Amino acid sequence: MCLAIPGQVAELYQAGGVSMARVDFGGIAREACMVYLPEARVGEYVLVHAGFAITKMDEEEARQTLADLQALGELSAET
Amino acid sequence: MKYLDEFRNHALAQKLLAEIRRTATRPWVIMEVCGGQTHSIVKYGIDELLPHEIELVHGPGCPVCVTALESIDRAHALARRPDAIFCSFGDMLRVPGSDGDLFQIKAQGGDVRVVYSPLDCLKVARANPAKHVVFFAIGFETTAPANAMSVWQARAEGLANYSILVSHVTVPPAMTAILESPGNRVQAFLGAGHVCAVVGWEEYEPLAARYGVPIVVTGFEPVDLLEGILMAVRQLESGRHEVENQYARAVVREGNPEARRMIARVFEPCDRAWRGIGVIPGSGYRLRDEFAAFDAARIFDLNGIVSHEPEACISGLVLQGARRPLDCDAFGTRCTPETPLGATMVSAEGACAAYYNYGRRR
Repeated sequence: MCLAIPGQVAELYQAGGVSMARVDFGGIAREACMVYLPEARVGEYVLVHAGFAITKMDEEEARQTLADLQALGELSAET
Repeated sequence: MKYLDEFRNHALAQKLLAEIRRTATRPWVIMEVCGGQTHSIVKYGIDELLPHEIELVHGPGCPVCVTALESIDRAHALARRPDAIFCSFGDMLRVPGSDGDLFQIKAQGGDVRVVYSPLDCLKVARANPAKHVVFFAIGFETTAPANAMSVWQARAEGLANYSILVSHVTVPPAMTAILESPGNRVQAFLGAGHVCAVVGWEEYEPLAARYGVPIVVTGFEPVDLLEGILMAVRQLESGRHEVENQYARAVVREGNPEARRMIARVFEPCDRAWRGIGVIPGSGYRLRDEFAAFDAARIFDLNGIVSHEPEACISGLVLQGARRPLDCDAFGTRCTPETPLGATMVSAEGACAAYYNYGRRR
């Protein structure tokens, strides 16, 4: 139950006055409420929990983390 | 960038393991608070790959597991009412109460429905004006914004046949209770990334300072967990105790301000009983008085329900990291996911169920 999964915003729309989105999780589409992420745009990745988008995924931070980890062994091997 | 496969990379995991082995010179006990992280750790065998110096203990962060028996029994009483439609996240249906579970109530004719989002309950309420729809609002800070929004929206629409049975719990008071317990062995925490995505990590800073424990906000993939462990071990080895953020791609210090605002509008802190642990001061949310009309506990008379644990089970000790699932005589014999004695065997994020499902045996 308590899992938050990243998915890509495929479509934004209003339903009954509430901001909603169709979010694609690796080919499976689900509806998510977007009231807590009004700035999210189509194409961006968001973390969805209990049917609500709770945060945007930051691509630059993700790439930085992966780059830091790639460098990890190399730096340690030299010291 | 899909934000999943990249963080399940075998070569990166090996690098991190090598670095953890190089860094750890002494025994350290690290608790992952979140049940989703426990599930990943056992699924990927991370606990078995770590050097023997590093012991991972599993925390109380499975909302299904810690929902108090009294709350479960109240939910069951509501679900049995012929005038009610009882909605719940799916995991709660198999949790044993004092007398059976929600599946049994459903089989006996109770209108019990599984929802994916609490907003789904509003659709049910609109479609069934003659019935009262109750949603079982459980969970940590992660589900609170969703549950709060359902009440907020119901009030905005003037929906008079919707209420929630609140049994919310919050993480920092539980961490405090663990650190204050006399037998505590935990020296560092992995914080739950999605909880911090909502509420941020400001509340962890005084905890890290007062108790001298490193806290690393961590994601859910194997590379995340290994990096979180490495960051904790580096702090422990160098005598630091700070809040650090491994999950930078999803979490910022202040969390999600819109979601925090909605939680504060609808809920207020309260004492909360945790199954197997007892009452932890200030560890829950309840509805504010202005939302009393949406509070199932105030609408319906739920007094006079007597709760009793069906059988002694060590899940309370497992939830506090004091015992491991394999320490229990009943594990895998009398207690399995099909016939759970305690809540830690019910939910996929319960430590006992994770051990059982991924083949750990006594």
